[in-house]
Amino acid sequence: MDLEPKIIAFCCNWCSYAAADLAGTARMQYPVSVRIIRMMCSGMVHPELVVEALKMGADAVMILGCRLGECHYQDGNHKALARSGMIIELLDDLGYERERFSLHWLSSAEPLVFVNAVTETAERIRRL
Amino acid sequence: MTDGKKVGSVMIVGGGVAGIQAALDLADSGFYVYLVEKAGAIGGTMVQLDKTFPTNDCSMCIIAPKLVECGRHLNIHLLTLCEVTGIIGVAGDFAVTLRQSPRYVDMNKCIACGVCTDNCPKKIDNDYNAGIGKRRAIYLRYPQAVPLKYQIDPAACIRLQKPGACGFCEKVCDAGAINFTDVEKIHRINVGAVILAPGFEVFDPRPSEMWGYGSNVNIITSLQLERYLSTSGPTEGHLKRPLDGKPVRKMAFLQCVGSRDENLCGNGYCSSVCCMSAIKEAVLAKEHVPGLQTSIFYMDMRTHGKGFDQYLEQARREAGVRFVRCRMGGVETDEESGDLRLRYVNENGRQIEDFFDLVVLAVGMQTPKQVLDLARVADIRLTADNFAATSDFAPVKTSREGIFTCGAIAGPKDIPQSVVEGSAAAAAVAELLAPARGEMTILPTFSEERDISGEEVRIGIFICHCGTNIAGVVDVKDLAEYSVTLPDVVHVERKLFSCSQDSQESIIQLIGEHRLNRIVIAACTPRTHEPLFRETLKVAGLNECLLEMANIRNQNSWVHGNNPVGATNKAKDLVRMAVAKVTFGEASHATTMPVVQKGLVIGGGVAGMTAALNLAQQGFTVHLVERTDTLGGNALNLKYTWSGEHVRTQVAKLIDRVICNERIIIHKEWTVTEVTGFVGNFHSTLTSKNGETKVIEYGAGIVAIGGQAAVPSEYNYGSITGVVTSVQFDKLHEFKEKHVKLAKRFVFIQCVGSREEGHMYCSKVCCTHAVQSAITLKKENPDRNVYILYRDMRTYAQRESLYKEARKLGIIFINYEMHGKPRVTGRGAEIEVEVWDHVLHQPLLIVADMVILAVAIRPREDAEKIGKLYKVPVDGHGFFHEAHAKLRPVDFSTEGMFVAGLAHYPKPVEESVAQALAASARAATILAKPEVQLDTIKAIVDEEFCDGCALCIDVCPYHAITLLEQTAVAGEAPKKLVRINVAQCKGCGICQGTCPKRGIYVAGFTIKQVLAQLQAALAG
Repeated sequence: MDLEPKIIAFCCNWCSYAAADLAGTARMQYPVSVRIIRMMCSGMVHPELVVEALKMGADAVMILGCRLGECHYQDGNHKALARSGMIIELLDDLGYERERFSLHWLSSAEPLVFVNAVTETAERIRRL
Repeated sequence: MTDGKKVGSVMIVGGGVAGIQAALDLADSGFYVYLVEKAGAIGGTMVQLDKTFPTNDCSMCIIAPKLVECGRHLNIHLLTLCEVTGIIGVAGDFAVTLRQSPRYVDMNKCIACGVCTDNCPKKIDNDYNAGIGKRRAIYLRYPQAVPLKYQIDPAACIRLQKPGACGFCEKVCDAGAINFTDVEKIHRINVGAVILAPGFEVFDPRPSEMWGYGSNVNIITSLQLERYLSTSGPTEGHLKRPLDGKPVRKMAFLQCVGSRDENLCGNGYCSSVCCMSAIKEAVLAKEHVPGLQTSIFYMDMRTHGKGFDQYLEQARREAGVRFVRCRMGGVETDEESGDLRLRYVNENGRQIEDFFDLVVLAVGMQTPKQVLDLARVADIRLTADNFAATSDFAPVKTSREGIFTCGAIAGPKDIPQSVVEGSAAAAAVAELLAPARGEMTILPTFSEERDISGEEVRIGIFICHCGTNIAGVVDVKDLAEYSVTLPDVVHVERKLFSCSQDSQESIIQLIGEHRLNRIVIAACTPRTHEPLFRETLKVAGLNECLLEMANIRNQNSWVHGNNPVGATNKAKDLVRMAVAKVTFGEASHATTMPVVQKGLVIGGGVAGMTAALNLAQQGFTVHLVERTDTLGGNALNLKYTWSGEHVRTQVAKLIDRVICNERIIIHKEWTVTEVTGFVGNFHSTLTSKNGETKVIEYGAGIVAIGGQAAVPSEYNYGSITGVVTSVQFDKLHEFKEKHVKLAKRFVFIQCVGSREEGHMYCSKVCCTHAVQSAITLKKENPDRNVYILYRDMRTYAQRESLYKEARKLGIIFINYEMHGKPRVTGRGAEIEVEVWDHVLHQPLLIVADMVILAVAIRPREDAEKIGKLYKVPVDGHGFFHEAHAKLRPVDFSTEGMFVAGLAHYPKPVEESVAQALAASARAATILAKPEVQLDTIKAIVDEEFCDGCALCIDVCPYHAITLLEQTAVAGEAPKKLVRINVAQCKGCGICQGTCPKRGIYVAGFTIKQVLAQLQAALAG
């Protein structure tokens, strides 16, 4: 069980969290180690939260938002995207591999994108 | 209309999804509702379904919150086990007599513990499970039943049949709720209007042994399959052969059983929903049983609703469902194996035989006998197909004034259309009873909210089994034992269904008993159920924000079904995270804002005018904005509705009534160019064609901007004069243009621009229109040759009678497929149409004088612009996207905005009218109240940390943040601060994600809370 990497997934309420719900409705299966934290928007996730999660022992942190251009709040996901460069620099400075952080865009009707994203992240981290 | 008094209450007969919607809309807009149900619990047919198309949502999961809302609504009085025996009086003032059968269980005493059922020795067929498996004589219709009270089936009960015998239930019932001496009661209730929503019954193939049903248990109905597929069904979702429990590898669906068939069942009409339901069942069955082969045997694939053709294509291409257009010859049983041999004639005329493990009969809908009796009691007219007769321009009004209908009583229809009609009936009632609004309703007395600021944290955790959905995977006992050990947790309890009414009541009680001040519900997703539990907290006197849900179903038991240990551990983590977060939860109060009790309708077509007129008749001022100089919209191009009503006469009447209504302010040649505000308080800038502007205010808006006909790019349209669109043809025909008048040979080509790549949707009206035109042409001159080249003839529901008439008149129907589209070439004055003939297996050449193209309906090009203004989405085709395809068919996800008519999806007049009325009823639920409550999820400034750097101001998408300078102490430099305008703030938290000082946060998602969640997540 310890081999399962611990993944924190910040999901926006409107798209990625809904897609994760739908993955359940469709009984898709994905790694049991992912922990979803519901946020209202991907733009709500402060860079500090990503760093803190890794410091607390998360193996990877994902931010999943609506598709670019389809944000429920106009352009919150663009704001998240704009901040991601800063997050990566911050992680570099702190000595974390950049593979430990990723951004994903999906609609509420794309549970498969969600499942693939978390599955791939788990595999990527396992290889690290 | 009488001038007499109007009574401000309404009786709704039938507690299915249509009746429930009507009840909620009326009760929310100032009317008292009696919801009458013949069964022991409301819910109707929808609660028997496993999943719903085209979203594959769990049927029970989406309807359960509505059931509970009905059950607990202050202004809805549920009357179960009742039937209507008389309706006297006039519109506005009826006296209805009800006969209520005895329940034999005292509703006030029954606590729904179920001990009675466990001890009842009598087993009978379970009608909720469509006859599969058994239930007891004392029972609940289904576990989440509303009201959640047991009932005794007197025909099955040993004691009631034989006095002195049995009586076990009475002995074991600690609550003393059993009452064998219960008697029938007669109620006489005074109401202003009656809505009939009694629903349908599925066709029973047993008496006629249709396709061998009854002779072999491996032949089941589609409703039975729903129960087999349901995890709460008799086999807990395991699909096995009824005969021998063997796995099912090959499954066949036979369509049109009890529909489109006058010989065997007498139901000539199409039941309209069975094609989609079969496709859905085939797709889901394949998910249940890997490697399962499914074949659907059909005449025409009628997937005419929104998203249906895409669903069909996915089923065909991705899920691998096989579709066979054929004539079924017979179904025979192989005595030895119990397998079923199907004989059929395929499209190429070949006789085929094939074996299947299981055969599913797609049984149609029909009006049950007791509904025919009800129609007699109500004294309303029926159609030849035994459905309530209504006008296409007043689709929820019966022949008797003051009595309305919704749902399947007025023709076969699916859930969204039933919900639309439920709301539409509410709108029609509200129009009639407008003067009596608010006269009979009870005002809520909210429990006083407990001030918990001085209390220590006391957390209560409720763990939902969700039947077996959660408990079948997660070790809930272990989870509960673990949960008790978490800090500040004082009470943990497991619930079979935490969303059921009795669970809600028990939670309310326990909050008081244990002085709980933080609640964690470990169940399904907050996206569907948080509002329900928030209400529960409110009733218990606890602030609604002191709630956190742990999603241990959708994001746990369902996705880790193959790993119960992992899922149990994850559930513990999720509960721990929720506890950590809720510990830092704070009470927060919704701001109320006054409502501008005026409406806005964009679009002056039939839908827009209908909505505007209804709102005005309900007593609200309405702004009607029309971009052109004419009211009427696309309907001005139409001649007759499918049932033969003259469209222009009706539209002219409608225009007159709209123009004459002093509450409707018409803005012709104006468009909406700017929108600010929010539910209850919208401001819009209108711009005229000359560039002038004006600002209007309104509390709710309806988008009814219509659609437009596509311009064909094929079949040599534009280069051959005789090739015309259906709209052009109608005009030419009406004006007796000589080309049409003299023509002898007509070819209609269907699906021009519909149901193909890029436009994978059905335009819904064209089949009926072509058939109607063909009939007229043939009736004018029987010597004419009329051909209709089609892909699937979609004369759905009662329109089927037109198709039948057309065939009788000798109109020739030729099927074509996408890969063999007809070819149209001009040859002098004649037109040659070449199409593959499936019967003769060779190309067929038709020489025609005129070719009529059934062009698709497209969205308007300004739809996207209006979508952006209101932040409401359009779908991939450009039609507006409703909040939920099934249960919120006219709502937008933006609160206070609604959609109706072609802007939503192509549809015939009566469906546009129903949708317009529905949108108006939904808008009225906002406009009828003087104030609206805003969401509690808002940004809050922490003045201690905010230093007024203003970074948040730049990123706020709603311009809800402003900079302030305050001088706190005289002499010191002014302190800079930001301030939030709560009405504008939508709670996205982009400010929080940006703030370098932790000076701003969103209630319920504070950094402190999220950090606590992270810590809890990573502590395990």
